Amino acid sequence: MSTLATSMTSRRMSNQGHVAVGLATVAVGFAVSAALNGLSPSWVIVWSFMLYPIAVYVSSRILEDRRQATDRLVRVSVTLAFVVVVLPLASLVWTVIREGAARFDATFLTGNMRLTPEDLAAQNGGEAVGGAFHAMVGTLIVTSVAALIAIPLGLFTAIYLVEYGRGRLVKAITSMVDVMTGIPSIVAGLFSYALFVLILGPGTRTGLAGGVALSVLMTPVVVRSAEEMLRLVPNELREASYALGVPRWKTIVKVVLPTAIAGILTGSTLAIARVIGETAPLLVTVGLAQETNLNPFDGRMTTLPVYTYYQYVQPGIPTDAGQSRAWAAALMLVIIVAVLFTLGRVLARVLQPKGMR
Amino acid sequence: MNDADQTTTTGSVTRMTEQMTGVGASETPDGLRVSDLNIYYGDFLAVRKVDMTIEPRSITALIGPSGCGKSTFLRSLNRMHEVIPGARVEGTVLLDGEDIYGPGVDPVIIRRKIGMVFQRPNPFPTMSIAENVLAGIRLNSKRLSKSAADDIVEKSLRGANLWDEVKNRLDQPGSGLSGGQQQRLCIARAIAVEPEVLLMDEPCSALDPISTMAVEALMLELKSEYTIVIVTHNMQQAARVSDRTAFFNIDGTGQPGYVVEMDLTEKIFSNPTEKATSDYVTGRFG
Ligand SMILES: Nc1ncnc2c1ncn2[C@@H]1O[C@H](COP(=O)(O)OP(=O)(O)OP(=O)(O)O)[C@@H](O)[C@H]1O
Ligand SMILES: [Mg+2]
Repeated sequence: MSTLATSMTSRRMSNQGHVAVGLATVAVGFAVSAALNGLSPSWVIVWSFMLYPIAVYVSSRILEDRRQATDRLVRVSVTLAFVVVVLPLASLVWTVIREGAARFDATFLTGNMRLTPEDLAAQNGGEAVGGAFHAMVGTLIVTSVAALIAIPLGLFTAIYLVEYGRGRLVKAITSMVDVMTGIPSIVAGLFSYALFVLILGPGTRTGLAGGVALSVLMTPVVVRSAEEMLRLVPNELREASYALGVPRWKTIVKVVLPTAIAGILTGSTLAIARVIGETAPLLVTVGLAQETNLNPFDGRMTTLPVYTYYQYVQPGIPTDAGQSRAWAAALMLVIIVAVLFTLGRVLARVLQPKGMR
Repeated sequence: MNDADQTTTTGSVTRMTEQMTGVGASETPDGLRVSDLNIYYGDFLAVRKVDMTIEPRSITALIGPSGCGKSTFLRSLNRMHEVIPGARVEGTVLLDGEDIYGPGVDPVIIRRKIGMVFQRPNPFPTMSIAENVLAGIRLNSKRLSKSAADDIVEKSLRGANLWDEVKNRLDQPGSGLSGGQQQRLCIARAIAVEPEVLLMDEPCSALDPISTMAVEALMLELKSEYTIVIVTHNMQQAARVSDRTAFFNIDGTGQPGYVVEMDLTEKIFSNPTEKATSDYVTGRFG
């Protein structure tokens, strides 16, 4: 550790030094845990994690210099924060896969919940019956309806805000979008429900109503992300286009949007992911059905989140049959989101401006 | 040159040029006549009372200290100024006798006649080299046959002294070129729409000496067909390429810029009328 300090080298901790600091931290973690929580492995880990940045800082202050110490402190804290975020995520995905795999079978993927007395008897005998095909298509349909409404609406709003809007109206729209971002999802659901009841009469539940409810939640997210992306397009490109005698709308369509398209797509994918797992508004607007319904304009549908919810709270007999269906539906939802993200990424990649890859 | 001509560009950049020169015989381009032009950003008067004649088929240089309104003035010559919110002008700018700020005049058409090259090269990142050259024509939804398009690309890139460097990678992105090549690509893009006037705002300030020489040589070639106005901070450049030079100055921050004098370039650099001009061109400024 006592390297000869010339004018251009600074004192650096050796590898052994780092190991020593790590071991010392664990030892202290052990002691603290023993003193405060009784000796449990999880507490030892928690304490070690919390003490490690301090240990690194102190040892670096002693053995190195102040700048190194600050640098190490920040680096360790950032890394730990990352681990703290990733661990629960990984654990969540792992749990869903582990629990969901049991019923993730052909019956589940192709069947619905219209169960005959024979099915119920078989279920009683421990056989796997019932599926979530109807919920899967329900989710896809309702989410597509929402995306079809929210993405064009959000994109046009963003274009207005960035390219056309001036002064007070822009401020008003921006704050309205902010307010919309904060709307509780159940309120969006009730809004859409009330809207359709007004038009079509009491008790109406359709996929369309669900799509409208979700689009209320989705639009502000699309507006915000598309706005950011459009603002990132350098003004020079717009000016270059104007200077060629290209009208404004054409500049937007042919120059601004293609330059921002990758980001807009990613933003829209995120917006879809934001709403695809919504339960409460769909419970109100779309309801629940035992059979597959492909028509969003007529009749109830089942969506994966609502399906999961009902399979969990009303699992039937025996209870674990319903509960494994709930897990399998959760797994399905996670897979759909993952596929969606991958698709969005691939599309963004393909559409990314040639010079910006 | 009217719009119908442009629509039928089929393979005939040359024919159009001939046509233009043919027209030119009877109706010589008149250049730009600026009179009593005040240029504002909102309430801030940035440039005051410019009277200036820009001769056709020649190079006019605009010089002056930073912030005196050269870019502002240049952008007001093809109605790019008003793109900025709140920006406006008072006065007249006659292009071949017609006021570009006259009632009912469409700025979009003016910009097709008066092209512009910016200080920083700004090729469209979504487009290939060839597409960049064709952007002005394509974005104006002119239908082009493949061969006509190829002709325009080649002619414009040759015109911009870039053809030999990029002819084998026309379908690659324009942003993959060096800064100097990108700037020449932007010039090719500007001349592809065959404007009458070409405005250049410090086109060489981001370029190395060799690219600068290439662009200067290009300007000297282009002046046989185009009226060129160039803003530059480089005195030697102004002296080398321009026929006439206008010196802009400003009395202090917050004051409007104005034209001190405009004359033949030799005169401005050897024997200017105003003391401020001689101080500036000899480097004794400020
Ligand atoms: N977008 C704008 N909004 C408000 N004022 C502006 C804007 N652009 C320029 N100005 C002001 O107008 C004046 C002239 O600016 P301009 O850019 O035309 O100067 P310039 O002569 O081109 O300077 P330079 O040589 O540094 O490029 C300056 O006072 C500047 O602050
Ligand atoms: Mg300038």
